[in-house]
Amino acid sequence: MSHHIVEVQDLRFAYPDGNEALSGLSFRIHHGESVAIVGANGAGKSTLLLHLNGCLVPKQGTVRIGDFPLTEKTLPDVRRTVGMVFQDPDDQLFMPTVYDDVAFGPLNLGLPFDEVDARVRAALATVGGEHLAKRPPYRLSGGEKRAVAIATVLSMSPNILVLDEPTSNLDPRARRNLITLLHGFEHTKIIATHDLDMVMDLCGRTIVMHRGHILADGPTRDIFADDRLLDEGHLERPLSLR
Amino acid sequence: MPKIDTSLFEIGTLDRLAAGDTDIHALDPRAKLVTTLAFILTVVSFGRYEVASLVPLLAFPLVLAILGRVPGPYLLRKLLIASPFAVMVGMFNPFLDQTVLLNVSGLNVTGGWVSFAAILLRFALSVTAALVLIATTGFAQVCMALTRLGTPRIFATQLLFLYRYIFVLTEEGLRMSRARDLRSFGRRGTGLRIYGFMLGQLLLRTMDRAGRIHRAMLCRGFDGEVRLNRRLRWRREDVLFVCGWLGFFALARVFNLPQELGQMLLKVIA
Repeated sequence: MSHHIVEVQDLRFAYPDGNEALSGLSFRIHHGESVAIVGANGAGKSTLLLHLNGCLVPKQGTVRIGDFPLTEKTLPDVRRTVGMVFQDPDDQLFMPTVYDDVAFGPLNLGLPFDEVDARVRAALATVGGEHLAKRPPYRLSGGEKRAVAIATVLSMSPNILVLDEPTSNLDPRARRNLITLLHGFEHTKIIATHDLDMVMDLCGRTIVMHRGHILADGPTRDIFADDRLLDEGHLERPLSLR
Repeated sequence: MPKIDTSLFEIGTLDRLAAGDTDIHALDPRAKLVTTLAFILTVVSFGRYEVASLVPLLAFPLVLAILGRVPGPYLLRKLLIASPFAVMVGMFNPFLDQTVLLNVSGLNVTGGWVSFAAILLRFALSVTAALVLIATTGFAQVCMALTRLGTPRIFATQLLFLYRYIFVLTEEGLRMSRARDLRSFGRRGTGLRIYGFMLGQLLLRTMDRAGRIHRAMLCRGFDGEVRLNRRLRWRREDVLFVCGWLGFFALARVFNLPQELGQMLLKVIA
């Protein structure tokens, strides 16, 4: 199914202050692949993710999601295809109740009442959050917030999931639950993270970024075995590989 | 700082109450909103010296609070917190208006005192009614009712977001002030200049967050309209509720009910 492919070609981007965040990236991610994007703070991971559903517009180069190049016209389709989970759930959960928040996307797609309701329930059930439906999002614990943030995206039935630091600020149990949850998804997954042990568990392929470039792109096991490469990318061997 | 913490906690109480399940909660939010607005208009329309004729109107917030199980002490506390505003407005009336209106067993009651009492009563009535409305309906539902009744969407959206992010904002402010307190031993570091920096910082952070939230909304197809997946239905109860209370307000406005009742009682006795 070609429409789940993510293809980035010679992507360049500079912030308005002149700071070049991405200087020529190219990669291709296939349907069902689970890919980690790792690298030092400020390597450009989040900036890259923001390009994948058109939150930022590249200065040069192209992003293709499936059969469409990402342009102004294809934006709504791309955004339905690519579900983006942001780093801080407080940015993502902006509605008065969890239910309303999960319903936000489907309602904007113009779906009818019953369909929206069914999708909300299904998405909440997937993340184990049915009992949270009526709660206001600011009252949830960190782990619950993260789960609900993922549900808000799942309710739009995306084909590609993009997650920015999904395990940050979670306690070990909540982190484990999240990893199990992500394991169960057959979506194409693109995960930016510092949690290399999670990468070991979830991602077959890893892209190492460094100062806006791709330092390495390959099978996770090979990359994490290369100490020189890890050092260059300000990384460390995950505990499970020591 | 504990003050901010506790008042935030009290906003939370409002949410908890709104999740209740009484007949009042079950009414259509539009019905409650319209009635409450009509109530406030009625209360405000009374003359400056009318105190006794306002008293029957107490029935509206009282009945709703009792049926909707809104605890009285909570309402009183909220009323007290807001009361300084009303007191300030009416404070000078007793000094400015010295005309004697009535004489109660040798004590002269001036127009100033009467109008002061009227201001306090009107304030208490309107604020209680608004509080009871939110406590039995929920903020989001009130906003939804507002849009359905024709308030510009942007206005309701603003209110919704204000309510959602006031918690995040205060928490951010609290964290900053805690961090400052921990490193400002005694008085140094708590001056106005530092305060200014902190406010500036808070503004910048808020703008950043606003940008991120907007992005998150766009990612999920936001097009300027916030939709809620709820069906509102007018039932017979709602019609009865609105008509009943509007009728009562009209009666209380046109007739001085306590006076009429008193006269009726006198006639019966005579």
